[in-house]
Amino acid sequence: MQWEAVIGLEVHAQLKTHSKIFSGASTAFGASPNTQACAIDLGMPGVLPVLNKEAVRMAVLFGLATNSQIAHRSIFARKNYFYPDLPKGYQISQYELPIVHSGFLDIEFGDNQTKRIGITRAHLEEDAGKSLHEDFHHHSGIDLNRAGTPLLEIVSEPDLRSAQEAVAYLKLLHALVCYIDICDGNMQEGSFRCDANVSIRRKGETGFGTRTETKNINSFRFVEQAINFEIQRQIEVLEGGGKIVQQTMLWDSVKQRNRPMRDKEEANDYRYFPDPDLLPVILDPQFVEGMKAHLPELPANKRQRFIEVFGLKAYDAGVLTAEKTLADYYETVVDTIDKKDPKLAANWVMGELLGALNKANLSLEKSPVSAVQLGQLLLRIIDNTISGKIAKTVFEAMWAQEGSADEIIERQGLKQVTDFGAIEKAIDEVIANNAAQVADYRSGNERVFGFLVGQVMKATKGKANPAQVNELLKKKLSS
Amino acid sequence: MTAIHTMTLAQLSEELAKKTLSSVELTQYFLDRIEKLDKKYNSFITVTAEHALEKAKQCDAVRAQNQAGPLTGLPIAHKDIFCTKGIKTSCGSKMLDNFISPYDATMVSQVDAAGMVMLGKTNMDEFAMGSSNETSFYGPVHNPWDLNTVPGGSSGGSAAAVAARLTPASSGTDTGGSIRQPAALCGVTGLKPTYGRISRYGMIAFASSLDQGGPFAQTAEDVAMLLQAMSGFDPKDSTSVDVPVPDYVALLNQSLSGKIIGIPKEYFKQGLDREVEKRVQDAIATFEKLGARIQEVSLPTSPLSISVYYVVASAECSSNLSRFDGVRYGHRCDNPKDLEDLYKRSRSEGFGDEVKRRIMVGTYALSSGYYDAYYLKAQKVRKLISDDFKRVFEQVDFLIGPTTPTPAFKIGEKANDPVSMYLSDIYTIATNLAGLPGLSIPAGFVNDLPVGVQLTGKHFDEGLLLNAAHCYQQQTDWHKRIPKSCA
Repeated sequence: MQWEAVIGLEVHAQLKTHSKIFSGASTAFGASPNTQACAIDLGMPGVLPVLNKEAVRMAVLFGLATNSQIAHRSIFARKNYFYPDLPKGYQISQYELPIVHSGFLDIEFGDNQTKRIGITRAHLEEDAGKSLHEDFHHHSGIDLNRAGTPLLEIVSEPDLRSAQEAVAYLKLLHALVCYIDICDGNMQEGSFRCDANVSIRRKGETGFGTRTETKNINSFRFVEQAINFEIQRQIEVLEGGGKIVQQTMLWDSVKQRNRPMRDKEEANDYRYFPDPDLLPVILDPQFVEGMKAHLPELPANKRQRFIEVFGLKAYDAGVLTAEKTLADYYETVVDTIDKKDPKLAANWVMGELLGALNKANLSLEKSPVSAVQLGQLLLRIIDNTISGKIAKTVFEAMWAQEGSADEIIERQGLKQVTDFGAIEKAIDEVIANNAAQVADYRSGNERVFGFLVGQVMKATKGKANPAQVNELLKKKLSS
Repeated sequence: MTAIHTMTLAQLSEELAKKTLSSVELTQYFLDRIEKLDKKYNSFITVTAEHALEKAKQCDAVRAQNQAGPLTGLPIAHKDIFCTKGIKTSCGSKMLDNFISPYDATMVSQVDAAGMVMLGKTNMDEFAMGSSNETSFYGPVHNPWDLNTVPGGSSGGSAAAVAARLTPASSGTDTGGSIRQPAALCGVTGLKPTYGRISRYGMIAFASSLDQGGPFAQTAEDVAMLLQAMSGFDPKDSTSVDVPVPDYVALLNQSLSGKIIGIPKEYFKQGLDREVEKRVQDAIATFEKLGARIQEVSLPTSPLSISVYYVVASAECSSNLSRFDGVRYGHRCDNPKDLEDLYKRSRSEGFGDEVKRRIMVGTYALSSGYYDAYYLKAQKVRKLISDDFKRVFEQVDFLIGPTTPTPAFKIGEKANDPVSMYLSDIYTIATNLAGLPGLSIPAGFVNDLPVGVQLTGKHFDEGLLLNAAHCYQQQTDWHKRIPKSCA
């Protein structure tokens, strides 16, 4: 039987405001428990919320970046439920009239496949605190530092059909919120969290199956694994004659499986109603128009520019613009080499740099070689001071913090030999010492040529200019 | 010199200015009266004697440096719904019997900054839910005019304390009549300002879209002085309104000649006590004598206001009171066996019956499947009620009617009949639904119990209401009568 998955994602992006969405307390991560919670965050009697304008500005930017409608009037509502880390007994969120709605993103995945994914809505809300269930001897601890942190909840249409599409959408969304600088994108710290709604149906059907929601999946890899697991699980249930139960699941990344979050799904009635403590948010169309000027270059535009201006291949441009930090790094390298060889820069950033980062399991921000330093190295390739091969040796030394490219080249005497006489001498020696191969070449086996070049390079300790060696060797062999 | 306690805030202000009296003496005088008399009334939950005398001393020092303002050194009592830093703020509930607020309400700080001396915190219906002050965890307040009757509610302690001259001024809150109704039943002057005039920050929320703080005193002039200090935009309250605060005292003596007063005919229909009606008619005649023109008007949707109110206010309170969960502060049950037990028992033990009743009504009204029929419908009718006032205020300058249908009723008389209790707010509730200012002033007696008339104005037209009331009080002496029980 052919099954088709129907997937929608709900993403909670923590907004990069300095203070909380309804109070003046700091939003910095990692402070001691309950040191960043003021009377308002604690839900003290008599306190009132006041909306943080910066959070509104960020939501508007997001709407502009996702081709969405930005509501002229949106309202905050109370979502009522009891939980110890929810101090007021309700969460202030948006329900009927969200600030952003009806947008889309165009994703690319697999071999040049593209697809338009609808964004149903994006609304502002406050985060809850954290319950800590360890180290309290049969009690639970509550940390309200996170309570009141601004979140943008971004809800997609159920347009995604595979884990691969879901990851492509999520990566693009992640890139986008980082590009427009409204979220730090840190998935480990929970700044960008994803819940996946998954159901399956027979290919060709148009109705929806019963869905489950898998909560708090905090890496791209887990999203892929969790969705694939859930699709497979549902297929097995249905093919075994069972029924899918609507429930909330948690992804267990250690056991690589989903498990139901609660034994029985409680039918929660959140009793949403407009929060009488907050006025409707009225956005002047001029303000929204003015915000467009603050919208930075978005990933798709940057990618196009990299292709057109730098002559990169579409694939390379895609890799380099997937994350803003990488794109910025790349552009700094290109600027450092005075835009002389953007393709060389692309190869180095995607090859040596990302390879080394991966191997050392480091993020780009922690790279021991800065973009400017890398650019300075590439300059030495461009001006023929060293060969590309030697440059790799220099890069390794730079990675080990042994100094700048020029210092290392100088110290290790890696300058390319361009002295005609020295190269000629080396070639003559190689021809003399490899008579059999020379004869072989001259009888028509051109493959031996590479071997001979290698011998010359070896003799010059790699410092000879390869182009020069090629030319001269060819001349000598044919004479 | 006349007895200190019979003097108005304005008179006491003059005495302090003349230095015939110090703030410490004045404060001690009222603290002694509270000590001696409040056993009869139970109008205070907490008396902050030490704190008050310390502040009074500072006020005298300020005066010695000629830095005193009109309210410097004058006493006030705050309804126990206003958060006061370092002082118990109970809201009349067992739930907050152990709650010491870590901060001051904005209104409390403003009044403090104006130099007023807080004598203590007054008794009130639990979480301001009640019209008789009988739902207080701290026991009922007794009306100084007849100790067997209620003072009204929910700001019953604040009204009774001014009536018994235990303080020259107090603060209250009004969600459906909780300032005006007790002011009427206790024979004092009480103002519910326009919604947004006084900050709600630090005022423990009952129904956020209706709650509004305001002052009690003997006279309109005193209320004007207090309103001046209490009003103003507060960046901490998104619903407070940034409208300039006029000089209310300067507006008091303008002529009423040519003003048009509307008389809502619906307020004189069945349910209104005949004798009360006569006092209201007398008051209307006095205003005519003062030069105002009288015009009958109609507020056809006003009979719906009680139903709308009990849906909207209950819905909001059911959510507002969720924070009292025994987790962070307030009452917590002993030895909870799990989270659900903690919630259930802390809330069952901490809240009284009336509060529970309203939480249940409100929860029901917001529940899925009922929301449209109750909450949404109520909001639509609320709009119609507002529109009625808007239309009427195109024809008249302000409205006059009874504040309550009857004088004070006996303690216990309506305690088991919530609907009859709710009807005692029939004339006051529509004002809250429309966010308008309303002022109740003493207008005579029925069977030795005070009767109040209510003046209702346009948004932010408190100045005119106080002006009219002040002119009326120049012609009458109802506001000067003092109950025998406090002599």
